[in-house]
Amino acid sequence: MSPKTRMIEVRENILKQNDIAARALRQRFQDAEVFVVSMVSSPGAGKTALLEKILTVLRTQFRVAALVGDLATENDAVRLARSHAPVKQIITGTVCHLEAAMVEKALEEWKLNQLDFLFIENVGNLVCPSSYDLGEDLRLVLMSVSEGEDKPLKYPTIFNSADVALITKMDLAAAVEFDSVTANGNIQTVRPGMAVFEVSAKSDSGMEEFLTFLQSRRTVRATATTRE
Amino acid sequence: MHELSIAMSIVDLAQEEVDRRSGAKIKAVHLRLGLLSGVVKDALLFSYEMACADTCLEGSRLVVEEVPVIVFCRDCDAQRPVHSTQMFCCSHCGTPTGEVVQGKELMVVGLEVEE
Repeated sequence: MSPKTRMIEVRENILKQNDIAARALRQRFQDAEVFVVSMVSSPGAGKTALLEKILTVLRTQFRVAALVGDLATENDAVRLARSHAPVKQIITGTVCHLEAAMVEKALEEWKLNQLDFLFIENVGNLVCPSSYDLGEDLRLVLMSVSEGEDKPLKYPTIFNSADVALITKMDLAAAVEFDSVTANGNIQTVRPGMAVFEVSAKSDSGMEEFLTFLQSRRTVRATATTRE
Repeated sequence: MHELSIAMSIVDLAQEEVDRRSGAKIKAVHLRLGLLSGVVKDALLFSYEMACADTCLEGSRLVVEEVPVIVFCRDCDAQRPVHSTQMFCCSHCGTPTGEVVQGKELMVVGLEVEE
């Protein structure tokens, strides 16, 4: 006769280590009064080009910096350095997403209270990053006009983990016959009420509106923190 | 594909429990897996076997309970399931809603141990 088994009840979040690290980061960001924005998308949706533009413009008024995640190479950090903002590459090796501990380690030598905005560019991947909280205030999900209007339907989980959607490469919209109404409709079916911005880092269209939005969200966060 | 690292976290978590309970033999790990957790059940089951190799969990089973997505509908003032993760609206009245109240779980809820 096989030995009897009994059930032990546990209630442990599998990603608790990440959640604990993310919570600590969020507190640090709040204490340092730095507004943290992360970016997720498929590879090639234009995260780096958009970030280069954001850093270049915001740098004239704010203290900005960025962390960029990639499996290999420092190419993105080199590109972003052209904005003259402090940039650090996180090379994940074979890991397909950023985790809170990687962000924590990358920030070791940084004085967060000397920053107004910190941007975190995740590894290009629309699946795995959705499970990992990085302590950010705002998560942006990007889709470019050439990827197909049904991207949100194919990856509902990542759209659900994000706060704001950006449709990028709008300068190519006509060439690829991008259907804005359908794309926006699909975003709203998987994430009702989600704010969406249609932008082009190349032609600057939509950028001013988006950057004004980012600044207003930073102000809202700062006001909420003061009230606490 | 991050299921292997998730599987390894499950093994670590169960190992901690074993250590706390002076070496109880674990036969199965019970898991609640939300449809919005970003983790695929089949890939996780496949990875689990590999993650268990040469650990005290070798030969144990992973029992996965899939947790459906539930949203809060303001119009109905009630919690409702969604028809699919492609369509976030109330299954009763059809009102779109993004207020997810369940479906992101990724949690170990029980360990079956040998007496």
